[in-house]
Amino acid sequence: MMPDLGTYAAEVSLAYVVSLALIALLIGWVWARGRRMKRALDALETRLNRKQNGQV
Amino acid sequence: MASLWEYANPVKFMQTSGWLMPVAAVLAAGMIAVGLVWGFFLTPDDFRQGSTVKIIFLHVPSALMAINAWAMMLVTSLIWLVRRHHVSALAAKAAAPIGATMTLIALITGAIWGQPMWGTWWAWDPRLTSFLILFLFYIGYIALWSAIEDPDTAADLTAVLCLVGSVFAVLSRYAALFWNQGLHQGASLSVAPGTRMDWSYKGPLYLCMVGFVMLFIALVLAGTRTEIRARRLRALLTRERAMG
Repeated sequence: MMPDLGTYAAEVSLAYVVSLALIALLIGWVWARGRRMKRALDALETRLNRKQNGQV
Repeated sequence: MASLWEYANPVKFMQTSGWLMPVAAVLAAGMIAVGLVWGFFLTPDDFRQGSTVKIIFLHVPSALMAINAWAMMLVTSLIWLVRRHHVSALAAKAAAPIGATMTLIALITGAIWGQPMWGTWWAWDPRLTSFLILFLFYIGYIALWSAIEDPDTAADLTAVLCLVGSVFAVLSRYAALFWNQGLHQGASLSVAPGTRMDWSYKGPLYLCMVGFVMLFIALVLAGTRTEIRARRLRALLTRERAMG
């Protein structure tokens, strides 16, 4: 249930929407970058291990 | 007790951050959710500010983290310059985008609050101006990391930039006191007795502040883990090229 924000409903809502969107973007970016890097490193380590064991 | 310097070892850091990061993330999510729901839905309007007082639950925690993220970068940059621990430099690098976002949130929420309360979105007030300069320092810091290929050189130069930018981080915090002019008021919260804010606002505000600190810790740990992996990836690619 939305509280009655009176005259300043637009300002308060805008502040919350923009801030939460920026925080969500930041979390999404950190998470996605972390996953991408982990996948790339895992793939490279597997490739190097195969090379070292002469499985290429 | 384990020495703090043990965490300069990337393996030890990855082990510890592996369990610490989810704990900080869960605490952050819980505290911010409860703090914002409490602040948005359950606090009364202020007799002068009306419902715009609810913006404080985002503005103050983000401003707090904007300054303290730079303080953390300063400490880790100094550790890099003095002791040459790579994890330290990478933690500073990981903190910069988080600090920049927090500064941007503080600037935007401040402008949205300022329009109805001060009658203007922006004023060249000492605190607002020093915050804008701090934001530009964050952007410059991130750009400098990206612009230099050699990681050690990048860490050296960004550490020096961080030392210079610290002046504006301090100014951002104390500008209202130093100049005693401009639109921005002094601190709304204080540990001194007789503070001006009622507990109906203090409760959710403290929760949001601690929640933002936890969010910062979780994101810095996640970002530092990514930077450590990126560094290892570069080293292994070099080794692979050498192997032919």
